[in-house]
Amino acid sequence: MSLIGKICNTGRVAEPAPPTPERAKGEAVERVSGSVQVRHVDAGSCNGCEIEIGQAFSPVYDAERYGIRLVASPRHADALVVTGPVTRNMADALRKTYEAAPRPCLVVALGDCARDCGMFAGGHGVAGPVSDFVPVDVEVPGCPPAPEAIVAALRGLSGR
Amino acid sequence: MNGWAVAVGQPLLVVVLAPLLIGWMRLIRARMEGRAGAGIGQPWRDLRKLARKEPISPADAGWLFTAAPPVLVATSLLIAAIAPLVATTSAAGGSADLIAVVGLLLLGTVALALAALDTGTAFGGMGASREMTIAALVEPTLLLAAFALSARAGSTSLAAIVNAGVHHPERLVSPASLLAAAALAVAVLADTGRMPVDNPATHLELTMVHEAMVLEYAGRDLALVELAAAMRLSLLLGLLANLFAPWGVATSTGWAGLLIGAAALMVKLTLLGGVLAAGEVLLAKVRLFRVPELLAGSFVLALLAVTASFVLA
Amino acid sequence: MNLVAGGLGAAIAASGVSGLAAVVLPPRWRAGLVGIGTAAAGVAGAVAGGAALSGQVWRSALPGVLPLAGVRIEVDALSGWFVLLVGGVAALVGVYAAGYAGRTGAGASSHTALAALPLFVAAMLVVPAAGSVSTLLLAWELMALSSLLLVMIEHTHGPAVRSAARWYAAMTQAGFVVILLALVWVAAACGGESFAAIRDAAHGLPGTVRGGVFVLAAGGFAAKAGMVPAHPWLPRAHAEAPSHVSALMSAAMVSLGVYGIIRLGFDLLGGGPAWWWILLAAGGGLSALYGILQAALATDVKKLLAYSTVENTGLILLGVGAAGLFADAGQPGLAALALAAALLHTLNHAAFKSLLFFAAGAVVRATGTRDLDALGGLGRRMPATTAMFAIASLCAAALPPGNGFVSEWLLLQSLIHALPTASDLNAIAAPVGVAVVALTAGVGVAAYVKAFGTGFLARPRSTAAKTAREAGPAMLAAMAAAALGCGLLAVAPGLTAPALSRITSVVGGGPPMAGTTRLRLPGVDAVYSPLLIIAGLAALAGGIAALARVAGRPRRRAAAWGCGNGPQTARTEYTATSFAEPLQRVFDDVLRPEHDVEVSHYAESAYLVERVRFQTRVPDRIETYLYTPLLAAGRKLGRAARTLANGSVHRYLAYGLITLLIVLVAGVSR
Repeated sequence: MSLIGKICNTGRVAEPAPPTPERAKGEAVERVSGSVQVRHVDAGSCNGCEIEIGQAFSPVYDAERYGIRLVASPRHADALVVTGPVTRNMADALRKTYEAAPRPCLVVALGDCARDCGMFAGGHGVAGPVSDFVPVDVEVPGCPPAPEAIVAALRGLSGR
Repeated sequence: MNGWAVAVGQPLLVVVLAPLLIGWMRLIRARMEGRAGAGIGQPWRDLRKLARKEPISPADAGWLFTAAPPVLVATSLLIAAIAPLVATTSAAGGSADLIAVVGLLLLGTVALALAALDTGTAFGGMGASREMTIAALVEPTLLLAAFALSARAGSTSLAAIVNAGVHHPERLVSPASLLAAAALAVAVLADTGRMPVDNPATHLELTMVHEAMVLEYAGRDLALVELAAAMRLSLLLGLLANLFAPWGVATSTGWAGLLIGAAALMVKLTLLGGVLAAGEVLLAKVRLFRVPELLAGSFVLALLAVTASFVLA
Repeated sequence: MNLVAGGLGAAIAASGVSGLAAVVLPPRWRAGLVGIGTAAAGVAGAVAGGAALSGQVWRSALPGVLPLAGVRIEVDALSGWFVLLVGGVAALVGVYAAGYAGRTGAGASSHTALAALPLFVAAMLVVPAAGSVSTLLLAWELMALSSLLLVMIEHTHGPAVRSAARWYAAMTQAGFVVILLALVWVAAACGGESFAAIRDAAHGLPGTVRGGVFVLAAGGFAAKAGMVPAHPWLPRAHAEAPSHVSALMSAAMVSLGVYGIIRLGFDLLGGGPAWWWILLAAGGGLSALYGILQAALATDVKKLLAYSTVENTGLILLGVGAAGLFADAGQPGLAALALAAALLHTLNHAAFKSLLFFAAGAVVRATGTRDLDALGGLGRRMPATTAMFAIASLCAAALPPGNGFVSEWLLLQSLIHALPTASDLNAIAAPVGVAVVALTAGVGVAAYVKAFGTGFLARPRSTAAKTAREAGPAMLAAMAAAALGCGLLAVAPGLTAPALSRITSVVGGGPPMAGTTRLRLPGVDAVYSPLLIIAGLAALAGGIAALARVAGRPRRRAAAWGCGNGPQTARTEYTATSFAEPLQRVFDDVLRPEHDVEVSHYAESAYLVERVRFQTRVPDRIETYLYTPLLAAGRKLGRAARTLANGSVHRYLAYGLITLLIVLVAGVSR
């Protein structure tokens, strides 16, 4: 019952919603308006971006209020959020994930590593940026990008 | 005429209300966790988007994988037509009783479990295996609770049980009735895959029961499966409410009574859904091999309910 | 013209001709013609049974047919039910065997095998028609011997078949001895061996005699039906016998055990005190639970079906016991309902069990294996068989709208309505009964989801399953006919209502069921409409599927999602063993599975593991705790008795002299 007391005392943690960002372009984006299920793929990241994604869905930023939800299976996903430079081990897996998702499937390249391999460019295990393997619809710069930027990018997909 | 209106109107009402109920429960959960939440209409937005996406079938799956979502929704719609949710005068209500409704629920579960096995994935088999074990152990509780309720009303017909509750409200607070309510509540939690038996929002496949069975579904198949799950929750909560707190259910023909019945159903679902969502925030999921102990406890409650209905009658 | 007499006569004649044909014909025509002859016998028997159910009776004494006692025939409605059941199953099996037996001339199509088949059918048709103790016992023994021959057909396949035949022979003879004792006892006490004489005189017998006769006879008949603890022969014999024989045994023969109990308990002895029926119901409940648990864990598909037969026998005997309890407690309406439920379940069980064994037989023929862990993917290779097994599984799992659900619903209604006016014993027994039926139903659903899901869906798990071919036309025709029977019983169970009313009049209480496609129970306030359920489901599911197809995007086929790994092989699929593992864990204390881990190291170094071998087994615990000590004691006794026969002629002559002296003294002193 102390939990109920704590809930009542803490109250609302979520910060007020920033103004609606600009909608991303594309016919596929129109199809997912209002509801975006996101499947995260770690293609070789250092986990910095994962922490920020975790924060984006935490009570403070609360991405769920815009209709964005994380899902476990790519079959349930409308968008793939890919972090990290694509390593040689994960190249095939990334392609398979994209193939497994039903059309239309959007791809968000999150972080500098996903855009152009960032500080790992030229590493022996790195196969290339995400756009070399799957078509990218939205890029989110930053190393790591702040949770507000992540939320804004995803809101650009959902339109809310 | 009125009976057929009820038989057609109840399923439609449940179809409309079920995603709203899920949205309401997610909203309560979000607010208790300090978040803002997505709004009560989000599940309907999700369903609308899913309906427009392409369905995918695994290469090795056969006709069962494709047929299971329509069958699942069909069983839910049929139960909604039979059960006394808004009124006891449904034209279909005189053709199936509580035992048949329990059987139809099990049929839906079986359809989904077979579809999960048909995918040939390890998670599908795992979900099917766990779901069938839980369903097997929930059966005795459901049927014994049905026994306790029908002993009170003299019949297994759902309409008769609800009518008996309306006309003899003192029987609703008897020990037999309260014990049966507790037993049925646990059984409903297990059957619909809610906490503490199964966490519907989990991403960890090894902890999944119901979600593991639908990992392969996409597009409109997934929309049908999610709708069916929401409908089953609404149906079972509505039945639980009307069997033990039948006030507001229309017992005679008359449009005013039907409107009151529909409003009463919405109020009851809101209350029960809110309580369930709050409980989910406070409860942790029970380990899978502890679930049989939980279900055995609910079985004992149901057995006590039956004994009480005879001894104290 | 008495249809019953004509039908039975034609059936026996057809069996005789088929038996002769089996001995005479060459292998190419043997299976086909004998199959058709057996089917004809079955159809004639079914006609006779149907005529008996519609009111015609046939009583006849044929003193000249057999020496000493002659043959007495008495066919009433109860006999007619079982004659119809046996005839129907035999008709299906005949058609099936025509395709299954093959043309090689060996195994199932040998002279012996095909001659024993019509003989078995004829004996099974005579058992319910018997009107005297000696006729019944003769037909019973003939049935046992011919079925033993049939079980041993594939004895060259391995020691398992021979062991199964030994168990079957021993237990069936033991059961026969017990039945013999009981029936001869009651015949002697009543002063006449015809059923009419027994019926007249039985109510005058003292309670101990009646109780003793009932316990012995019910024990023997229940052993034939496969009730726990007399069940170990059933999974062995039904699994090792060829599938058409398994179908006949599971569907028809075990129901004759139920016939014996009903005939003796309700008709000849005219009902009895509550302790008879409590014992029977308790045995039935135990069989139902134990049988379905073992079925849920079995990975041999025919063993699974055999244990499911044990479960269904348990449910039927639970219904019979409940009927007796209600009759004794003065509730004839509920007694009639429970008896009707039990009888309808025997018919439903016959329909879906024969279909299950037909489909399993087709799979075994096509793949050469009975192991569910090695099957799978048959939905593509054998689509018709898969569909048939699906229908039969739905019915066997007692799910609406199948036919198994109807009889289970009737049984539950009779138990649920016991409470308001129940005696104290019934007030405890009824909830326990409902709990047993419910748990059995739940675990049964899991067992059949396992059997169908792992055996027929997804990818094949072995080369045998990959190269399976669809069954032949005769087998498919038999399966289709059985499926039609299941469907008819599922949609219009009320067709059996007039016949059941006639039979249950022996316990009184008026007709228990009314209506055809919408069952109404006049005695209690309950309605069930299978037609509405099936029509509603079909219309709704079909409508949704059609709407989805028309209004939605086209479907794409893709590889299963394997978390980004390589191509998914059959190794990623759940096997039957893994599917049943959670259930096994829940019932660990009852089942006590055995695990064996064997680790072998390299010769060069004990630190390097070469191979790990893991074996898990779920033995039949009742057999281990009950039969193994008995058999060990028997062996010990036999070894000790060997010292009596040491080879000395003097000793043997002395035995003869002493025995002669004892007999003379006993004869003089009487």
